[in-house]
Amino acid sequence: MQKNAYFKGLTIPFLLLLPQLAITIVFFYWPASQAVWQSFLLEDAFGTSTQFVWFENYQMLFADPGYLKAFINTAIFSTFVCVFSLSIALLFAVMADRQIRGAEIYKTLLIWPYAVAPAIAGVLWIFMFDPSLGMLARGLQSLGIPWNPRLNGNHAMLLVILAATWKQISYNFLFFLAGLQSIPKSVIEAAVIDGARPMRRFWTIVFPLLSPTTFFLLVVNIVYVFFDTFGIIDTVTGGGPSGATETLVYKVFSDGKGGSNLGGSAAQSVLLLIMVIGLTAVQFRFIERKVSY
Amino acid sequence: MSIKSRILMSVAAFALAGASPALAQTEIQWWHALTGANNDVVVKLSEDFNASQKDYKVVPVYKGSYPDTLNAGIAAFRAGQAPHILQVFEVGTGTMMSAKGAIKPVHEMMKEAGEKFDPAAYLPAISGYYSTAKGEMLSMPFNSSSMVMWYNKDAFKKAGLDPEKPPKTWPETFEAAKKLKAAGYDKCGVSNAWAPWANIEQFGAWHNIPLSTKVNGMAGADAVMNFNQSPLFLKHWTNLVELQKDKTYDYSGRTNNGEGRFTSGECPIFLTSSGFFGNVRANAKFDWANAAMPYYPEAAGAPQNSIIGGASLWVMGGKKPAEYKGVAKFFSFLSDVDRQVKLHTESGYLPITKAAYEKVKASGFYKDKPYLETPILELTNKPPTDNSKGLRYGSLVQIRDVWSEELESALNGQKTPKAALDAAVERGNQMLRQFERTAAR
Repeated sequence: MQKNAYFKGLTIPFLLLLPQLAITIVFFYWPASQAVWQSFLLEDAFGTSTQFVWFENYQMLFADPGYLKAFINTAIFSTFVCVFSLSIALLFAVMADRQIRGAEIYKTLLIWPYAVAPAIAGVLWIFMFDPSLGMLARGLQSLGIPWNPRLNGNHAMLLVILAATWKQISYNFLFFLAGLQSIPKSVIEAAVIDGARPMRRFWTIVFPLLSPTTFFLLVVNIVYVFFDTFGIIDTVTGGGPSGATETLVYKVFSDGKGGSNLGGSAAQSVLLLIMVIGLTAVQFRFIERKVSY
Repeated sequence: MSIKSRILMSVAAFALAGASPALAQTEIQWWHALTGANNDVVVKLSEDFNASQKDYKVVPVYKGSYPDTLNAGIAAFRAGQAPHILQVFEVGTGTMMSAKGAIKPVHEMMKEAGEKFDPAAYLPAISGYYSTAKGEMLSMPFNSSSMVMWYNKDAFKKAGLDPEKPPKTWPETFEAAKKLKAAGYDKCGVSNAWAPWANIEQFGAWHNIPLSTKVNGMAGADAVMNFNQSPLFLKHWTNLVELQKDKTYDYSGRTNNGEGRFTSGECPIFLTSSGFFGNVRANAKFDWANAAMPYYPEAAGAPQNSIIGGASLWVMGGKKPAEYKGVAKFFSFLSDVDRQVKLHTESGYLPITKAAYEKVKASGFYKDKPYLETPILELTNKPPTDNSKGLRYGSLVQIRDVWSEELESALNGQKTPKAALDAAVERGNQMLRQFERTAAR
């Protein structure tokens, strides 16, 4: 006798889907559609006067050199944060995967920073690198390095990249470690018997087998740098100096919340949404082909 | 009647007696942004008011930082749940003023409620900031401050400067900063917090230079910024850029994050809010004082008067007349001379009425604490002109960011001071034009 693995008819599947759909509509589609609607409006903060202006908010964005700058900043910021946080986390995971004494403590310590809120992480880094209060900043200055993220855009960018990377390493580490531990030992042992050296074993066997994890993390990390980092930027640099660390999501936040420019901010978030959908599509279309499950 | 039922009866009677006045009371919601000792002041004021009469009950609610409180008020208004009183920082004044229907002008409310109200009783430099060009007061001044120059007396002695004679002009200040640098303060001679407030807004008022047409925006949303045309602005910015190179002047950021540089002893001369007082008193381990902001002697009529910072209380629109009556009573209560005297001497906020200031002065209070009078002397230095009443720009929060950005790009050498000033004005104007369209109707 064969059991049915699927339901006949549509009623039960729909009923089972309903809660999920309802949540998605209420918490995603409805606010997203509001953002699209808002992006066509010119409105004062209190909503007492509203005009429909078609694509004017978008036109203003494209005419604004600050928006292009934010775009470039985002590209630099996200590339560095993704590359650093993924590669460092992988390195740590490979080391933690070995049979070493105290590995549990090592793993626990590495996971801890993930529990820190982005804004707090930012404050921690500012404590270390504030040009006049930070211990490490003073160290740099005493070495003759004119460290000053308050005025030097490159220093400020470096600082937010470090803070955002540090924050994400734990998360990536956790997934890489789980991925490494699910690789069958027999495969590695076979390679050892064949005389493959550690580096070769890693690149020809371990890394390809990790590719699903890596791909998943790449997608998650890009979403993280695009959407989740404004807390860090707000506390560390506030987008400055002279816009050097203003990323797209930070601009949405500061224009909308600080500046009460709701239409412009909504237009930016719609564009940001489109960009991330595009990026994710590209990733699934082209990079996922290289992934072997 | 059993004992049990007698107890029940008396409990019920007690509950009724307790409940009935509460039912008749009109509740007034007051959203504010003050923490710590300042929050205690707000709570104490509300309690005193509630105890002083039976009809109204003021309920203070802390809503986060100044921007957070403003945003909470805006969101609540849009949802039809606005509080009666909203504390808004001075930067949000333009946004509040243009929100017709969302706010109830204070002068109107006081008149309708039949409360005694004389705008002339308030210090003009304070009430002027919150009044229309016609002199109608739109919000109630509450906690006001101004920008002063704090200086480290010990450092002055070390550098061979007279600690009782702080520099009066900018050239003297830069000279002093150079001497301080030579005496070991090599990381920062002079600095300031709130970069746009110090180097544009206060600078314009103190030198009687307009930032824009239309009485700095107070006479209309169609104001056009033009402060880049003033040679004095260019001179000041050029000086700052020049002196940043060897840290005689050293930039300390857009907000008050850099204030710690004064209390830690790193920056011996520091321009920031008079509200910094509590922090200095608690943390500075050296002899300190404050003085008026420096000025350029060649500016005709300088120093003029400074403009205020801090916050005021806005009354939100769409409430019942009975509620407005309560708010009006509360505002009269706040303006009471003795209450203002107490508020000023205990919290360090400026007194908002002339009578309160005169009373404190007569009591000799400032002999021991001259640093609490400095901001008042600045504000009342001369009767405010069109250039020194204050400013009223929508999107000022954003405009300040743009101003900071441009100053930063001059200081780090990306732009010349001239180009940065021009860009600050041009980008500010773009924002004003956009705001004008939302405010026009």
